[in-house]
Amino acid sequence: MENRDFWRWSEDVFVDTSRDWRSANIISCGIDVGSVSSKAVVMLDGMLYAYSIVRTGVNSSESAKKAFIPIEERTGLKLNNCNFIVGTGYGRVNITFANKTITEIACHGKGAHYAGGPKVRTILDMGGQDCKAIHIDSEGKVTNFLMNDKCAAGTGRGLEVLAELLEIPIEEIGPRSFDIDEEPEPVSNVCVVFARAEAYNLLRKGWSKNKVLAAYCRAIAERVCSLIKRIGVEPDFFVSGGISKNIGIVKRVERILGIEAVKSTVDAQIIGALGAAIFAKVLYEKSRG
Amino acid sequence: MIVSFGYMDGSGEYFITVDNSKCVKCASKPCISACPKQILEAITNDYDELVMAVKNEARNRLKEECSVCKPNTGIVNLPCISACPFDAIKHSW
Amino acid sequence: MFVVGIDVGARYIKAMVINDNKKIIVKKKLLSGYENNSLVKNLIKDLSEEAGINIDQIKKIGITGSGKETVDKEGIILSEVMSAAKAVYYLHPDVRTIIEVGAEESRAIKINSSGNVVDVVVNEKCAAGTGTFVELMARTLEISLEEFGKIALQSESRIPMNAQCIVFAESEVVSLIHSGVDRKDIAKAILDAIASRVSAMTRRVRVEPEVALIGGLANNPGFVYALKNNLEVDNLLIPYEPQYIGAYGASLLVLETVSLG
Repeated sequence: MENRDFWRWSEDVFVDTSRDWRSANIISCGIDVGSVSSKAVVMLDGMLYAYSIVRTGVNSSESAKKAFIPIEERTGLKLNNCNFIVGTGYGRVNITFANKTITEIACHGKGAHYAGGPKVRTILDMGGQDCKAIHIDSEGKVTNFLMNDKCAAGTGRGLEVLAELLEIPIEEIGPRSFDIDEEPEPVSNVCVVFARAEAYNLLRKGWSKNKVLAAYCRAIAERVCSLIKRIGVEPDFFVSGGISKNIGIVKRVERILGIEAVKSTVDAQIIGALGAAIFAKVLYEKSRG
Repeated sequence: MIVSFGYMDGSGEYFITVDNSKCVKCASKPCISACPKQILEAITNDYDELVMAVKNEARNRLKEECSVCKPNTGIVNLPCISACPFDAIKHSW
Repeated sequence: MFVVGIDVGARYIKAMVINDNKKIIVKKKLLSGYENNSLVKNLIKDLSEEAGINIDQIKKIGITGSGKETVDKEGIILSEVMSAAKAVYYLHPDVRTIIEVGAEESRAIKINSSGNVVDVVVNEKCAAGTGTFVELMARTLEISLEEFGKIALQSESRIPMNAQCIVFAESEVVSLIHSGVDRKDIAKAILDAIASRVSAMTRRVRVEPEVALIGGLANNPGFVYALKNNLEVDNLLIPYEPQYIGAYGASLLVLETVSLG
């Protein structure tokens, strides 16, 4: 078998070709430089127009520009055509061309409010290197916030390590974790470093890879729920971030919390950048009086 | 807004929670000087309120940093919580 | 009359034969694997051969370590805490705080003047406070464990490590290497980081002299230096063959049961 990069997920770009940015009044842009992925979102008059997701490189300032390029290539829209740019995310201080930077917490609140609807009150964001639980009010303003970015278990990086370990493409983890006869007990130790020995032991005991995946997804879901329960769950419930695409974890989280997540009208990985773009429009309007 | 600083790992959950709506009422923030490890600071949050926050570099080491005030045995009166006039601070462990 | 003490660790199995005068006749260390049961069976045979004794001269076998449950048909199961306390107190009765850093677990034990355990704190869920952290970082730096300890001692710098998880620390170390930071400074930063975690754990049972350090990482001079600084103690006692203390304690404990029985 050739050397596959099991941790590699697909980069993405979307443009609403039915609209033309040249005829828009306000072009607002949000850029979210995360530790693992960078996202750019463009809104025309408060409506989503385009977005792109790329892998963050070693340099966060370059990653911010890189995130916008796929949009520019497809639409001809340049960064300096945008009326207002808000930067957010882990690398936001390095987005030199942003008009303002806002924390990803506030941006996630606003973004979830737009993508999940005004009834969203609880947000779970599972990112590349962190996990966040956020409460928002009816306007999308943050009222409670908790984050874990110390421990890789339950983050994208942790899942990447698991994918490499079991030699399964990261996008297959979710579906395969349900292709089992019976839901196993969760693994006792979520530590990704100890996972190597623990996973080998399970495989040697005759467990299939799918069953091992299920046990890990369950353990990760439990610890994520532990985080959310610290601030409580109130409907509507919204899940964002890269791991929201992993049904192995999301479905189990829903099961444990006893609540189903509302559907997102956009790719859940861009919620931060989306919120930033919404803030950008508001700030631009404010600046014009 | 209620903000929690800290982390969870395999050994447990370690969070310091600050109720910003109570904290903003306090001008002097005596908790900051009360902390023997100097891990607290004053910041302006996303909603333009001057509140206390745990310094970035200490957030993922709370168990370690706070260990000076929290031995296994013995009575503990955390200096930060005792100093706060508005009961805005909570520790999860 | 002889007894055997075995410490089935996460990375190494340590074992020894002692006589009724508590003297260590022979000791051995080998990599633990997935078939610890057969490894231990052969180990006992090898030990008795090397000691020049017959297997039936071995009156009792004491087994401790994180893998003790996987070999329980072989002997008497003993806790790591009791084994550590037994051996350390026997060798150094003035010790009150014992710190053990193993491959996948670390613990701090408080004993009183009679050698009884009065407080324990264990870290077994997070790899960042264990030997595995150092091992992985050595691999990332592409140097041996022996090198690691030595070069860290040569560094005078104080670079803080922000990442608290091995997975993130690996990326942080790679960034530091790419930005041209000297390997010895990175090595020191890594040892400072784990020493800081181990000290914080120890403070939960209160640091009371004399303090002893046991387990594989006690053989790393860079780590010992970093830990001594972090604990702010005048003395950090390293018993003779710190990696074998668990096995020694297990043998001392079963020796007692033989004398009684």
